Amino acid sequence: MLSNIFTVSFFVSLLASTIRLATPILLPALGQTFTQRAGILNLSVEATMTIGAVAGFAATFFSGSLWLGILSGMVFGMLYGLFMAILSVTLRANQVIAGITLNILGAGLAVFFYRVIFGIQSLPPQVEPFKMLKIPFLSDIPFIGVIFFQHNIIVYLAFIMVIVTWFILEKTTFGLKIKAVGENPKAADSKGISVNKYRYIAILIGGIYAGAAGAFMSIGYLNIFTESIIGGRGFIAVSVVIFARFLPIRAMWGALLFGVASALQLRLQALGIDVANQLMLMLPYALTIIALVLASKKAEFPSAYTIPYSRKER
Amino acid sequence: MLGELKNKHNAVEMHNIVKEFYDVRANDDVDFFVKNGSIHGLLGENGAGKTTLMNILFGIYHPEEGEIFINGEKQDISSPTKAISLGIGMVHQHFMLARPFSIVENVMLGRKSRKGILLDTKETAADLVALAEKYKMKIDPYAKVWQLSVGEQQRVEILTALYQGAEVLILDEPTAVLTPQEVEGLFETLREMKNDGKAIILITHKLEEILSIVDEVTVLRDGSMIGHVEVNENTTKSELTKMMVGRDVLFNFNKACIKTGKEKLVIKDLKVLNDKNFLALDGFSLDIHSGEILGLAGVDGNGQKELCEAITGIRPIEAGEVKLDTINIENKPPIVAINKGISHIPEDRHITGLALGWSLKKNLILKTFKDNTKFGLVDEKKIEKRWKSAQVDYDIKANSGEDSAKDLSGGNQQKVILARELGSHPVILIANQPTRGLDIGATEYVRQKIIDAKGDGAGVLLVSADLEEILQLSDRIAVIYDGKIMGILPCGSNVKNIGELMMGKKLEVEENEK
Ligand SMILES: Nc1ncnc2c1ncn2[C@@H]1O[C@H](COP(=O)(O)OP(=O)(O)O)[C@@H](O)[C@H]1O
Ligand SMILES: [Mg+2]
Repeated sequence: MLSNIFTVSFFVSLLASTIRLATPILLPALGQTFTQRAGILNLSVEATMTIGAVAGFAATFFSGSLWLGILSGMVFGMLYGLFMAILSVTLRANQVIAGITLNILGAGLAVFFYRVIFGIQSLPPQVEPFKMLKIPFLSDIPFIGVIFFQHNIIVYLAFIMVIVTWFILEKTTFGLKIKAVGENPKAADSKGISVNKYRYIAILIGGIYAGAAGAFMSIGYLNIFTESIIGGRGFIAVSVVIFARFLPIRAMWGALLFGVASALQLRLQALGIDVANQLMLMLPYALTIIALVLASKKAEFPSAYTIPYSRKER
Repeated sequence: MLGELKNKHNAVEMHNIVKEFYDVRANDDVDFFVKNGSIHGLLGENGAGKTTLMNILFGIYHPEEGEIFINGEKQDISSPTKAISLGIGMVHQHFMLARPFSIVENVMLGRKSRKGILLDTKETAADLVALAEKYKMKIDPYAKVWQLSVGEQQRVEILTALYQGAEVLILDEPTAVLTPQEVEGLFETLREMKNDGKAIILITHKLEEILSIVDEVTVLRDGSMIGHVEVNENTTKSELTKMMVGRDVLFNFNKACIKTGKEKLVIKDLKVLNDKNFLALDGFSLDIHSGEILGLAGVDGNGQKELCEAITGIRPIEAGEVKLDTINIENKPPIVAINKGISHIPEDRHITGLALGWSLKKNLILKTFKDNTKFGLVDEKKIEKRWKSAQVDYDIKANSGEDSAKDLSGGNQQKVILARELGSHPVILIANQPTRGLDIGATEYVRQKIIDAKGDGAGVLLVSADLEEILQLSDRIAVIYDGKIMGILPCGSNVKNIGELMMGKKLEVEENEK
């Protein structure tokens, strides 16, 4: 029986969908790497993604353009990030409370607008999602081709963003400033770096990445919008960042871990393995949490993590 | 030509500066002038307003009133960026460095990159090494800040300011954390910079420094400018002290280097990890006798904090022994040390010393809740009585025992801690930096109380980075370096020798026990 299941083609399709399923974790995690490096813990990523999913879906539904959908997800993700920025940076609110509040608000807003735009229909409206983009030649390599080079364009872009994010954080003045305002905002300030400006930017970048990932869910991974479309991925992404010790490349491994667990769950379920459905659904989350707990012990948080900055305070 | 123009004017002129924080007037109508090519002292007690005045010059605070002229031109210094662009640099009392970053990364933070949006790491590193050489310093630009000694971190700060093109360099209490030899090195660098025509502002409350390096000095007291003096060979310490404190001060504690009592606390081959899991103490041994003050000198961060925490049971011990009389107390919970009469004045009043948000009364009985109960409930009457007597005995200035600890001045906060720690007549007192950040009056008071405790028969371990304090109070002086005792010297030892040991050097000629 087992030998029937664990065939080569099983593994190939498992790994291919691992990469696909890692994408909506990877993107927001990369965005939150910026945000958290700047000292802001934004717990409203989940809602931001849901908003991105609605915005992307609606834009694509009415314009027919998938790219407009992604763009719309990014714009609305950023706008929703603005709320977090105002609350946590300008008003210096407690970040955990601000994040949780915005999470509840955002989930409500997303569904509200979906209803306003589409009404209540017996069959959910659908769009034509991103098509698989086979990379010439590479996709023809046996096994490897299927695993790595037969995805839609957003998946490729997400993985390219790992390198881009790493490069920005490690090699540019912008990245250094982002890290500085999270590490020692007072020092950054005394060197003429506007702490508030860079924290705003870091939060907005996080919003853009999350919005894009939300749109990916509704027009890249699925072709519809549902209330629970994000399904906790936003929260997983937030913790992946910590698990990854705020490093983009490690964040990719974290996302892939979640991806492989999700893929395994789907495969095994499809094969009709006789385990309670609910338990199977838990698998990716449970695995991720265990990994996080084990790995994040060693995490060295940015020194000013979750601490609002004011020049006046000593 | 440019130099000529520059020299016609004062590098800095601050006129009628007023700055208020809530109800405190930190600067009250202060005038402050600094010439180019000079070293200017800014002298005053803790809380006199020195840092505030310089933060205004550096654009961190904006004054309520007053005008600032840089090289003769009126300027509105609205931010540090503006100050930097005007050629003002500042080395803060608490260093402004991102600790996980390398030196060169910290330096690049404050500059435009030559490669646009990309970091110009290599070029900056090369420049830094050259600049450091010019001013007789040595650095490795790729070392991470957390690996550096305090003195090295300070050099990084100075280099950063110079690299940003500082012509006016402000140093806020730069010598507080240095060994005597490091201070000499710093002064060497400062003289070099003065010869380059730069204006240097040296904030301090140490008179020796003023007399040894400064050309002119401005004295602040309680936020007001008291006077401005040209320093020459006729300038005396007592004249400056009087300006600074408003009265004569004599730090004279009639210490007689007494023969000490019997061994009370014995520490043997201690190994303790710091927060980063490196060995902070590595084979540390020391005895403390009853009725003595054992001064532990050393540069901050050589294991002092970990030592105090290990003795009092706050930090686990990897190996070695701590014995009180003959009883082993290592790795016992803190309550054991408390019950055996070991008191602790921790280094950080605000984090370990007090529960800042709590009332003074509760802070007073933190360690003795059990003794202040009746039928298992808190006995308010008894606590009130203890507070009343503590307030009188320790001269604590507060409206009532219900005030929260955070509303008191540093000196009064420290008195609350003294009342708690000394009220129980300890057999051992661990005092870690007991006068750090206090004004002269409070410092005198705390030192006297420590001497009284010794008179009471307590064995005192006095940890201090302030050599003067160690020399004034200690019956024996031990020097810690890199988690080990470098040597134990009798009281009245030569400062130079202590300084050598503080830097980890062995003494060439051992001083004889007197
Ligand atoms: N950010 C601040 N908020 C409130 N009070 C402050 C602040 N900075 C300084 N003060 C107060 O102003 C006075 C002067 O402080 P400071 O300039 O730090 O003195 P100094 O550097 O001479 O020791 C003190 O009474 C201090 O408590
Ligand atoms: Mg100061």
